Parts: sequence; structure tokens; C-alpha cells
Amino acid sequence: MTLNRGRVRWQCRRALLELDLVFARFLERHFDHLNDGQLADLDDLLIVEDHDLWAMINGSQPVGNDRWKEMVELLRER
Amino acid sequence: MKVAKRTFDAVIVGAGGAGLRAALQLSEAGMKTAVLTKVFPTRSHTVAAQGGVAASLGNSTEDNWHWHMYDTVKGSDWLGDQDAIEFMVKKANEVVVELEHYGMPFDRTDNGKIYQRPFGGHSQNYGQTPVSRSCAAADRTGHAMLHALYQRNVRANTQFFVEWMAMDLIRNANGDVLGVTAMEMETGEVSIFHAKATIFATGGAGRIYYSSTNAFINTGDGVGMAARAGIPLEDMEFWQFHPTGVAGAGVLITEGVRGEGGILRNASGERFMERYAPNLKDLASRDVVSRAMTTEINEGRGAGSAKDHVLLDITHLSPETINKRLPGIREISIQFAGVDPIKALIPVVPTCHYQMGGIPTNYKGQVVVPKDGEKNVPIVGFYAAGECACASVHGANRLGTNSLLDLLVFGKAAGETVVSDFQSGQLKLQPLPEDAADVSLARIARLETQTGGEDVHEVRLEMQRTMQKHAGVFRFADVLKEGVTKIMDVAERAKRTQIKDKSKVWNTARTEALELDNLIEVAKATMVSAEARKESRGAHVRDDALDCAETPNGRDDKNWLKHTLWYSEGNRLDYKPVNLQPMSADVEPIALAKRTY
Repeated sequence: MTLNRGRVRWQCRRALLELDLVFARFLERHFDHLNDGQLADLDDLLIVEDHDLWAMINGSQPVGNDRWKEMVELLRER
Repeated sequence: MKVAKRTFDAVIVGAGGAGLRAALQLSEAGMKTAVLTKVFPTRSHTVAAQGGVAASLGNSTEDNWHWHMYDTVKGSDWLGDQDAIEFMVKKANEVVVELEHYGMPFDRTDNGKIYQRPFGGHSQNYGQTPVSRSCAAADRTGHAMLHALYQRNVRANTQFFVEWMAMDLIRNANGDVLGVTAMEMETGEVSIFHAKATIFATGGAGRIYYSSTNAFINTGDGVGMAARAGIPLEDMEFWQFHPTGVAGAGVLITEGVRGEGGILRNASGERFMERYAPNLKDLASRDVVSRAMTTEINEGRGAGSAKDHVLLDITHLSPETINKRLPGIREISIQFAGVDPIKALIPVVPTCHYQMGGIPTNYKGQVVVPKDGEKNVPIVGFYAAGECACASVHGANRLGTNSLLDLLVFGKAAGETVVSDFQSGQLKLQPLPEDAADVSLARIARLETQTGGEDVHEVRLEMQRTMQKHAGVFRFADVLKEGVTKIMDVAERAKRTQIKDKSKVWNTARTEALELDNLIEVAKATMVSAEARKESRGAHVRDDALDCAETPNGRDDKNWLKHTLWYSEGNRLDYKPVNLQPMSADVEPIALAKRTY
């Protein structure tokens, strides 16, 4: 099943401003270039709770799943 | 055009703390309840609340609700309604203990009670000494609260419509509310949610400002919908600015940083708070610090090439203290300011944080409007709670930890009122008007066909810059006046927004255009209400309001001890009295006094 890009994009709207800002940059730079596999990885990552996701991105908590690592790296780019 | 219709006993818009608390009341009473939410419930902005929830449990220090009532009235600069405030502080213990029973993991004292900590503005003995009144779950209070409430709702069979964007209120010729229209984002189709009761719990609209601590979802959807449906908005000139948002990003640096010894400095490194608040210095209340920072910037002592911010210094604290006592601050600073606070100063500016005004309600959660000479007549079938509502408990300025309390107490109160009206048979499913969905369909159709229109992002940015410049921390008569003209121009542009992507399925551009329709109503309400209020009170501070014996701190009770009501139609203002009378006959009103700390 192919994921709908619009749906994944909307899931990048989060509860914390920290994440909204990180995702805004990511959406601008990377989102349109993601292949289907990367999009699926992102979709999987987006299920993570906001505080944990932010902790993984800022490095205060380890990335909990190898599958998320590439996306977290892109999200960390400043 | 045929529009799908769904029928419920009640429809709730918003699934943050207030919406979930209200939904629980309804579902547990056996009402068929739909909750519409544009994001998954546990991704609501309530998640971001850290400070805790206020309740005079007295677990750590002696406390009672009379003291809490006094603090809240004083904090509101006497603009809060004393009946609603009495109701809220009296209900605090009950709603916190309930939450504990729902499994909320509050911090504990050694003997197993809920641990309580001090918070700004909360006191013992009517302003004498600080009190420990805040109940927290580490620094994730809002998150834990939302999860506890969500789980409980799942158990009670609340029906969630996730990723549905509510669009417009449905009212009949009598003005009664019969439900809402909503767009399912997955299909782009508009449906009618027909109900006996409609509760709005859509949160605030902090994104009207350029610099905001609020998440992107805080677009004031319910507030905008109410305004478009002819319902006035109350006290929208009052917005709380948090002193320390990261410059350029808005992300909040918690008050705890100054509590641990953080110092605010201007461009020349001066600890300027010593001049503004010689005793409390950097620990003075939010509005005092925000105004001092703004004065420094306005008078040319701001830092950076644009001299547009001040600096927060924690370099004198040990890295151990920073890592242990201020978790997350270093990460936020590095990520959003590009500065490691162990070595360098963090650029900060006062940042929009909380909407005190909103949809006018009474303490039962009923939406009330002026009608036939009466000032507070309930609208049949319509209720609101949380940041989108104005009960009014926060008046001109909210105390920290009173917002989580507000959403619990009034979420529950709105729920109880609906259940009671439902069980007594007062609430009926009224026939839908033929044109129930026409307004929403026309909005969608306009976006489909608009040519030569305006870019949504550009208009939103122009709105945010206008609000920031003309209705910020400090307000000036001429700047406000110009702001009114400008924001009305921006509102005209917002009527002609255009989107390139016309697809129906998961069209986020369309959703953002619909959100802007809501934001712009709030922006207009704020600017017009602020321009008109010729005094300083709480968060509304005007340069031209004289600080003298008659009007201490610029507060003019003789002329302005009243609530603003702004109507979208005709862009007109009305006013109604503040209720200075508590709910109970045996409770003394908190008499007017100068607000000093």
C-alpha cells in the first residue's frame, strides 16, 4: 500500500512548538524528496509521543528503533 | 448538493484537556457523543503544559480555597467574574482527586499524598507568603493528564473523529445551535454533525502573533467559528506574554531558569531588572518582566544586530546544575538559538503564550450573549470550555497552573450541564435548516475557484507581523489605531486566499486556508478591542494610561471595569459588567485594590 503524502505531511503537525519548528524545516528541505521507503519510515516514527520524539531529536534520549535513525538525522539538521 | 449527515446526542469540537474532560462526563452518562479533532487527541497542545494544576489540597503547606480565590481575582486585575472564580477554586480539589483516580501519575510526598510546589502569584493568607499549590507529574503534567483522560474516554465509548476539521456552527432562525459542519481531511468531504448539544473546546489562537509559544495547531478554530456565526468574543485584548521565548523561534524557556538563578541582561551586559524591580529582580511577575524587557528593546538597549532581543544568562551556573535542574533548556537553546547556554547567553523576547479572552460563558459552561436587554442569556444547545472560552476566571491576566485547572473544572461543568439538560428532556434534536451546510460548502467552493488571489502563508505572516507590531506587550494609542486599519486590510486579503493544490484528499494547503479564516477573526477582535480599551489592566498595558491615585497602574475602574464584547458583523463593540459578586451569599467579595506584589 502506498502512503498518502498529504496524510503523512499532516501528521507532522505536533503538540509541541519545538517539533513543529523542526518539522517545518524538514518539510521544506526534505519531504518532497523522500522515496516510498523513507516515507514509510517517517510514518512509523510519527507514532512516537511528542516528548519522546523531541528527546530523540535533541539527543537526550537514544533513538529507539534503527528504522527511525535516518529520519531523525534529517530532522536534526539545522 | 447532498451532504452526509450524522446524528449524535452531543458533538464536542476539540480533544485537548477540556474536550476530553467534557466528553467523559457525557459518555459515562450514556450519551451518544462524538468528539471531532483535527489531530490525534494526545497530540493536542495540552501536552505542552508543564507547570502543574492548582488546587488548595494543603498537602505541603497550609492552604484553603479562599486564599486561592483571592490570588486569582487579584491576578485577574479584578476583571475576572467572582462567581466563576469561586466555582473554579472550590471545585479544584475534586477534579484533581478524580484525575488521580483515573490513573494520573502525580508526584508524591513521602507519605503518599500528591506533592505540591510553589508557583508565581499563588499565596497564603491573602497575598502574604508563597504557598505550595501546584500538583504536577514531573515536567509532563499536561501529557499525563491528556493520556489519563483519553484512556478513560476510550473505556466510556466516546466516539472520536480524528483528523476532522470542524468548519462552521449550525444555528437556526432562533439562534439555537444545532451542531457543526466538518470536513474529513482524508476525503475532503463536508458532513453535518447534527446534535442536541454542541461543546467547543478548541483551545487558543496564539498563532495570531509572529512570536508565539503555541504549537501550529493553535489557530483558534472554535473562536473564529463562533465569531462568524454572530457570537461576540469577550475580552480578546488580553493576551499573556511569557517573558522568555527564544528570539525568532518562540519556544518557551521555563520560568524555572530564573528561579535557578538565571539573569536577564541587555546589550551592554547590564542586569536591567535591578532598575525595574529592585526586590524581586529577575523573579518579578511575568507581566512586569515582559514590560521591562520591551522597554529595554524600545529604548535601544536590545542585543543582536537588530537590537531586537535581550539575553538570558545562566553561564554562572555549573553544567551539572543546568543538566540536572533545568533539563531540556540546553537542548532548546542549542537547537533554536544556536547557543550552548553553558558558554553563551540565550537570546529571548516576550512571547505570546495564552489567550485570556474567548467565547463568553457562565460558570456552567453555557455560552451566554446579550439578548433583549439581558447581558448573559444562554444560547440553546451551545457550550464552551478551556482556553477557547471566557468564563471569565483569568480576567486580564492568568496565574500559572490555573489553565489546567480551568480546563478540568469547566470541561466537567459544561459536561454536567449538558447531561442535566439532556436527562431533563430540555435538549431536543431540532430540525436542521435547509441551508445548514451552505456556508461551509461556499467556503470550499471559493477556494476551488479563486483566481488572482492571495497566498495563504503571506497573508498569515502579514497578520502575525501586524499583531506583533501593533498589539504587543506595550500598547500605544496611535500604533493601535494604525493597527486597526492594517488588520482590516489583512482581513480583506484573507477573504481572497488562493491555493494551488485543488485536490480533495489530504489537502493540507486547504486546511491551512480554512484555519486562516479562524485566525483572522481573532486577530481583528484583539486589535479592535485593544484599541478601544483606554486604560491599562493586567496584560493590556497602554503607554497613555496615567499611573496616578485615581487610576493606579493606569487601571481605570470608574470607566473600564467591564468586559469587552466584539462582534465580527459590523466590527462593533459592546460591553457588559464584571460580576464582582461571588456565587455564595456567605462569601465576601474580593474588594478592588491596587495590584502589587
